[in-house]
Formats: sequence, C-alpha cells, structure tokens
Amino acid sequence: MPEEHAHIIPYRTFLLVWVALLVLTGLTIAAAQFHFGALNVWIALGIATLKSSLVVAVFMHMKYEQPLFKLTLLSALAILAIFVGMTFLDVLYRS
Amino acid sequence: MSGHLHKDYTGAKFGMWLFLFTEVLLFGGLFILYGVYLARYPKEFVMAGSQLNVWFGGANTLVLLTSSLFVAMSITALRRGAKRLCLGLLGGTVACAAIFMINKFFEWSAKIHHGIYPGSAHLKEMLPGEMVFFNIYYLTTGLHGIHVVIGAIVLSWTMVFIKTGRVNAGDWVILENAGLYWHLVDLIWIFIFPLYYLILH
Repeated sequence: MPEEHAHIIPYRTFLLVWVALLVLTGLTIAAAQFHFGALNVWIALGIATLKSSLVVAVFMHMKYEQPLFKLTLLSALAILAIFVGMTFLDVLYRS
Repeated sequence: MSGHLHKDYTGAKFGMWLFLFTEVLLFGGLFILYGVYLARYPKEFVMAGSQLNVWFGGANTLVLLTSSLFVAMSITALRRGAKRLCLGLLGGTVACAAIFMINKFFEWSAKIHHGIYPGSAHLKEMLPGEMVFFNIYYLTTGLHGIHVVIGAIVLSWTMVFIKTGRVNAGDWVILENAGLYWHLVDLIWIFIFPLYYLILH
C-alpha cells in the first residue's frame, strides 16, 4: 500500500512553522498599530493568508498530497472567490 | 467470505477535505457579511472594534497555533511508534482547547457585564454600524467556539481509539482527519483575530 511510504513530517519542521506563525502574528499586531487607512485590512488579510498557507501546506500536509487534493482545494477557493466577488459586484454598485 | 474490511486511506482523507470545504463556505459567508458591513460602516467598525480586547484575542491566537503544532506532531509520534508521546500531545491539544474556551468565557463575561450582547438595550442605543459589528462578532466567534468544543470532543474520542489500538501506526487516518478538522478551527481564528481585534484605524 502506498501510504506506508507516505512522508512523515519531522517534529523540527512543525516547530519551525510554528515559530514562523508566531512571528507573523507579531507582525500583524505591529502592522495594525499604524495608520495605513483602507490598506490596513488588506495588510491584515495578506498576513492571514500567508499564515493560512503555512498551516494548510505543512500542518495539514497538503504540500505532500497528491495533485487531486491540491486541485480540489484550489477549486474550493475559486468558488469562495466567486462568492465574495459576486457579492461585492452587487453591493458596491448599488446607488 | 473473509472478514477483511477494505480500507481506503486516500478516500477517507479526501472525504474529510470535502467536508472542510463546506466549512470554508460556511465561515466564508460570515466573513462576507463582515466585508460588506465594513465597507458600509468603516468608522463604526473602528469604534466598535477598538472595544475588543487584543490581549484576549492575541492570547487565544497563540493558544490555537500551539494546539495545531501539538496535533500535527501527534501524527508523527504515532507513526513513529511513540504512542505515549502521541497521547501526551493530543492531551495538550485538548488542554489548549479548554484554555481557549476559558479565555472566551472571561472575555464574553466582561462584555456581557457591560451590556454588550445581541439583543441588549445598550446595543440598540449604538450606531447601526457598531451594533452590526458586535452582532456578527458574537455570531462568528460563537459558531467558531462551538467548533472548538466539537474539535476537542473529536480529539478526545480519537485518544480513546489510540489507547485501544484501533488507531495505530498502520492505520492512522482517523487521527489525521481529526487533526485536519482541528487545523480548520485554527485557520478560521487566523482570520477572525485581525479582522475583529485589530481594527484600530
């Protein structure tokens, strides 16, 4: 069975990712202290996306999964993007 | 007829990912609510947002990130035959879940004590944008809190399976799936924290 040869992620990798997540959390708190206006939300979302990517790729093992998993994840995110996009196409252009 | 049960590791894991995508759409909808109202009431969101306590939010962020570390490590431990370490790490994850909920209890108690909760008289006196912020705050973090409790129960159940040997180094997909669910709980909070607690400007 192929899964017996499936990659086991070393503890060290998880610890390094955890440290990176803590640093990014600190960064997002620091960035929030500054007045960037409307940009604040986008910076927050950007850092959150980066943190999420680390969690999905390493903690959730997606980096080591077969293409089907990655493709399905991308599809789900594309659907969410359409959901968000269409909502704002409506809401932002109401008089 | 042999009693052999066909197991499908890939299918089991894929099934959990499909379920997680439905959860992403569920919370995604709540974040869309946030986005639409943030665009409509930018100033009121700052006014309301600055009333949330960044220490509670930040502490809970650290707690969940650490809990994700523990559950991820628990899978490596099990697969390497370190059963006691695995159970210790899972116990740590469940403990983090408890700390998260206790933190939330104190946070919400303080807010409720000040009359800030859905349907309160104080909420009705606020500007519409402020009221909306607190309503979707309670809705989103409340639903998330329910997921934390569910995740803790699922993980505890998995610990029992590991103890009895039903989940082991040769058949660990149940632990992996429980871990995936837990990481989703962490992921949702990764977005909740900056959007609700760091809206200062």
